[in-house]
This record gives sequence, C-alpha cells and structure tokens, in this order.
Amino acid sequence: MARAFTPKVVTANDLLEGDVIYMTGDGNWTRDHAEAKLFEDEDEAKAALAKAETQSLKLVGAYLADAVRGEDGKPEPVHFREAFRTRGPSNYPELGKQAEL
Amino acid sequence: MYEYNQFDHDFVRNRVREFRAQVERRLDGSLTEDEFKPLRLMNGLYLQLHAYMLRVAVPYGTLNSRQMNQLAYISEKWDKGYGHFTTRQNIQYNWPKLKDVPDILDALADVEMHAIQTSGNCVRNVTADHFAGAAADEIEDPRPTAELLRQWSMDHPEFQFLPRKFKIAITGAPNDRAVTKAHDIGLRMVRNENDEPGYEVIVGGGLGRTPMVGKVARDFLPKADLLPYVEAILQVYNLNGRRDNKFKARIKILVHETGIETLREMIEEVFETQKALHIPPSEEMVKAIEAQFQPPEFDAGPVDEEKLAAAIESDPLFKSFMETNVHEHFDPNHAIVTISLKPIGGTPGDATADQMRVMANLAEAYAYDELRVSHEQNIILPHVRRDDLPEVFERLREAGLATANVGLITDMIACPGMDYCALATARSIPVAQEISNAFEDIKAQHDIGPLKIKISGCINACGHHHVGHIGILGLDKAGVESYQITLGGDGTETATIGERAGPGFSYEEIVPAIQRIVERYVEIREGVDETFLETYRRVGAEPFKNALYPETV
Repeated sequence: MARAFTPKVVTANDLLEGDVIYMTGDGNWTRDHAEAKLFEDEDEAKAALAKAETQSLKLVGAYLADAVRGEDGKPEPVHFREAFRTRGPSNYPELGKQAEL
Repeated sequence: MYEYNQFDHDFVRNRVREFRAQVERRLDGSLTEDEFKPLRLMNGLYLQLHAYMLRVAVPYGTLNSRQMNQLAYISEKWDKGYGHFTTRQNIQYNWPKLKDVPDILDALADVEMHAIQTSGNCVRNVTADHFAGAAADEIEDPRPTAELLRQWSMDHPEFQFLPRKFKIAITGAPNDRAVTKAHDIGLRMVRNENDEPGYEVIVGGGLGRTPMVGKVARDFLPKADLLPYVEAILQVYNLNGRRDNKFKARIKILVHETGIETLREMIEEVFETQKALHIPPSEEMVKAIEAQFQPPEFDAGPVDEEKLAAAIESDPLFKSFMETNVHEHFDPNHAIVTISLKPIGGTPGDATADQMRVMANLAEAYAYDELRVSHEQNIILPHVRRDDLPEVFERLREAGLATANVGLITDMIACPGMDYCALATARSIPVAQEISNAFEDIKAQHDIGPLKIKISGCINACGHHHVGHIGILGLDKAGVESYQITLGGDGTETATIGERAGPGFSYEEIVPAIQRIVERYVEIREGVDETFLETYRRVGAEPFKNALYPETV
C-alpha cells in the first residue's frame, strides 16, 4: 500500500548564494521557512516541484520536504535536518539565516 | 618548499579561466546544473546544506606565511572570516558565493594554490606526515615524493574518471602520523638490507562504510620505481574496480574481493609493462624538486637550555604546552610546535582570519616561514628554535591559540557533520564541543593522558571514527540523532579498526557515555603511564561496555 501523503514544502538552494530557499504561495521564493507554502495536496505539491525544477537559473536541487502546520498556522519542519536548514550551523549562532531572520 | 614553475603557473591560471567561463555559462543558462556540477566539483566547489563550500588543496599540508595570509584575506573578502582545516590537510570555506569563486581561485593562484582535484573520482591531494622535514624519527622527507606524485596525478588523462575517489598518503618516518594504512595507497619510507631508502607500499586501506586496514603490496619498492608502480596500481584499479555500485567502488573492495595475493600479481604484471614504457622523470627534475624541500639553514647558535627550563618551571601553562604541543626536532636546537585548533568548547579545525595571520606571522618570525596542516586539524610550526618557545607560546596565548591539549582527549577530530555537510546524518561539531567542555580542565586532561576521540557525522567517516581510540558515529535513527561508539581504534603503524561497543546513544546521552568510558579507564589502568589504548588492549572491551550499559550488567 502506498504511504499516505504528508504535507510538504518545496525547498532548494539559491543558485547564486547557495542559501536554502522555500517556495511561497505566489510561486516566488523566500529564505524564511515560516513564509513557505505548505502543500497539503499531493498533486499540488508535485506540480509545484515540477515548476521549481524548470527554474534552473534561480535554484539548485529542488525537492519536497516534510513539514507540519504549527500552532501559529505557519509551516514547521519535521526532520531535524530540515530544522537545521531553516537556521544555519549550530556551532555559530551568529552565522547563517538564524542571524538574519 | 616547492615553488611553481612556469608550467604550474600556466596550468592553474588556465583552469581558473576555464572555470570562470563555465560559471558564466551556468549563470546565463548555457549549462544545466547536471552539466555544471561535475565541472564545479573538479574545481573543489560543493553545494552543502546552507551554502556553497570551496575546498582548497594544501599539497601535503605545507604552507608558507604568504599563503596563510592569503587564506585569511580570502576568508574575509569572500567568506565569513574563518576557514576550516580538514582531515585531508585542506582548508574549506563554508560560505562562498558562486559568482565570486573564480575570483577566489585567482587569488589562490596568486600564491601558488588551487582547488583542483579536491573532489571527484580522481587522485586527490596527496597527504603527508605533518612533521615531514622536521621529525627526529624521519628516514627522509617524504614531500619530494609527494610533490612528484602531485605532478604525476594532476590532470592525469587516464585517471580523471576512476571508479571512485583515490587518496594517497605518505610518511618518511616509522611512527606513522599520516594514517597510511587507511588510504587507497599508503607509502611508508623504509630502508632495505643495503640501507637504501625506498617505500613499503600499502593498498586498499580505507574507512567509510566498509573500514579496512590496508595490505602490503610491496614490502620494498625502490624509489626509482615509484611512478610506474603507482601507475600500475591505478591501472589495475581503473579497469577492475567496481563501477556497478558506488558503495563498493573503492580499491579496498577490489583488494578484499580479489585477494591481495592475486591483486599483487596483477599489479606486478602491469608494472613490468609500465616500467618498460615509463619515461622516468629526469635526474635533474627529481633533484630540482628535492632541492626545494631542503631544510632551512638553521641558526646553529647555542640554546640557553637553563633559561628555557626556568621559563617552563615558572609557568604551569607553558609547562603543559611543552609537554603536549612541542615535539622533538631532528636538529637539537629546534623543536616542532603544534598549534591546537581545538580550544575548549570550540569547533575542531576552525581558525579565524586573525588567527591565521597570527600563525603566518609566527611562521615568518620564528619558523623559517613554514607551516603545516595536520590531518588532526591542527597547524604546525615545524622549525622553532628552542630559545623562542616561550615567546611563541606567549604570542599564541594572546591569540587564543595556546591550548595545551595536543594528543589529549579534547584534541578531537570532528567532521563538519550536519552543521554544514549535505551528506551528514547527524551533527558532530556540537558533540565535540560538549565533550571539550566536559573535560575542560587541562590538568585533568593531562592526567587522563593520550586519548584520541574521533567523530564522524555519517558512515562516510571523514572524522576517522573507526581509528579513534574512542570513535563516535552520528546516525539518523528514525528521525532522531543517534551516536554509536567504537572502541580501540588506532590510526598509526599499529592500525586497528575500532569495535562497536553496543547500541547507540541519543544526543543528550553521548557526552555522559564518553565520561563513563574515561572514568572506567582511569579506575582500571595500571598506573598513569598506561594509556587508554594500552588498557583497552590489555582488558578488552568488556569493562568499558559494562560502564556504558550498566543496566545490562
């Protein structure tokens, strides 16, 4: 039996900067996970990923990452790897997006 | 040290020009990412978890002050003001922007450095004993051989698409500080019955998911036969190494599956052909390389040993530093100083731009302008006059670089782990930091004695955990970081793969687990002179397992 679909965000790295980015509701890109669009429908998520994969001048390595809707209604990462990607290296809290967002 | 000739300069500059054009074509859409990725990797540029990463080669770990100053400059101009020295004697920048990388490579070329073949399935940067050219126990400086291998392997047309990456390490000393038995090829200088220097050739060592101690292919290879013999090994590997499964593609698997006897015969057969075809480097060329690695003209003036002894006695911190960070030099007036990049609670292997400049200045003023990077992620001043040791210590102390812990429990190797690396399955740096904090007292560390902890954040084992006296491997266990402990590993001439102690520990449990191992060791050792590894070899894993898993006793 196919595994039930769980909500996803579309994520990638920015081509120029290398930063972690997420697709927003209007199809643009944000560096803030909380601003990402949470896809709760599998077909929509796949379509969004397919769209991302055409944007090779903007990004590298797009994929779907598990996320859940937090208490404030904004998406939150599920796996610790994705949680680290929202922040930056834990040995230098002053570096990476955790310092800027 | 080796200085580029016109060929080297032209080659490196041409590669920068070529890569600059490739970046432009990626940015204007002429190249897809699939097309660009192998090109950027050939030039050391990875895309990691949070950013690009540029891995710069430090050939056989040797640098001068001008190069170290340039590394500092690059870190400030195009990165975030620091660099990470790695277990392959390289330096990594963790935050370069794609469009800046060609400029960084040009800045490296200005000081005869590059990032070529620091990735990809080719012969990687040849590593060497970090005490090379200075060690008291050395037969010969291995770096002329390493440089010869660099020239041979750089852009070698036959070996750019090997089944998998290929790492060579070389040492000129019987005490193996270069982990030669855990490399695809390890070369150890030995003398034959006629007292001529040559190499013991070890093949098929490696760590990763299938750790193997290398096997001896030749117990004595004359120096003149080095290139055709190494070429023969690479040819046999290139044709017979597995390409069907990335995880079985390293030469260690070929050695394991074929058997060393059969493989040795295959190598010897190709070697005979190679030797006949081989045009050896001219004697002048070899001599010219060797001449560039001659030791500096040492200041032969007498050392005031009494004054030094008084300085040692008057400052307990300096005394500790002398015990752990200063090693014997072949010249009795000089010493080898290891600068620990493992401050208490710090990130193993990281140095800020300011610290790089301090190390460069010290090298220029006190070490005949030489520096080395060690695979243990420290920096070496290879030739320091013993008179100058108190001053060098003082200057290091001012820069936060005088931690007296080399070879001790807080002198850990840790790979970047999931704080940077896209392959990692767990973090390793914060584990190292917390272990360091837990054992911060320098006196207590000295009481514990020599103990190597090595931490990897995934099965690829960049942190050499298999050969740590205590190894830690970070894994993803059902969405949670989990740390597996191995015991009794050894990366020296008595190389041993550590044994798994048992079930893994959570992130919160791992530091207390390490503390229990160390406490048990201190309880059961036969005197303070028995090292952790000696105790482990005497009593086996059981007492440590009992300490790790008291509930099962």
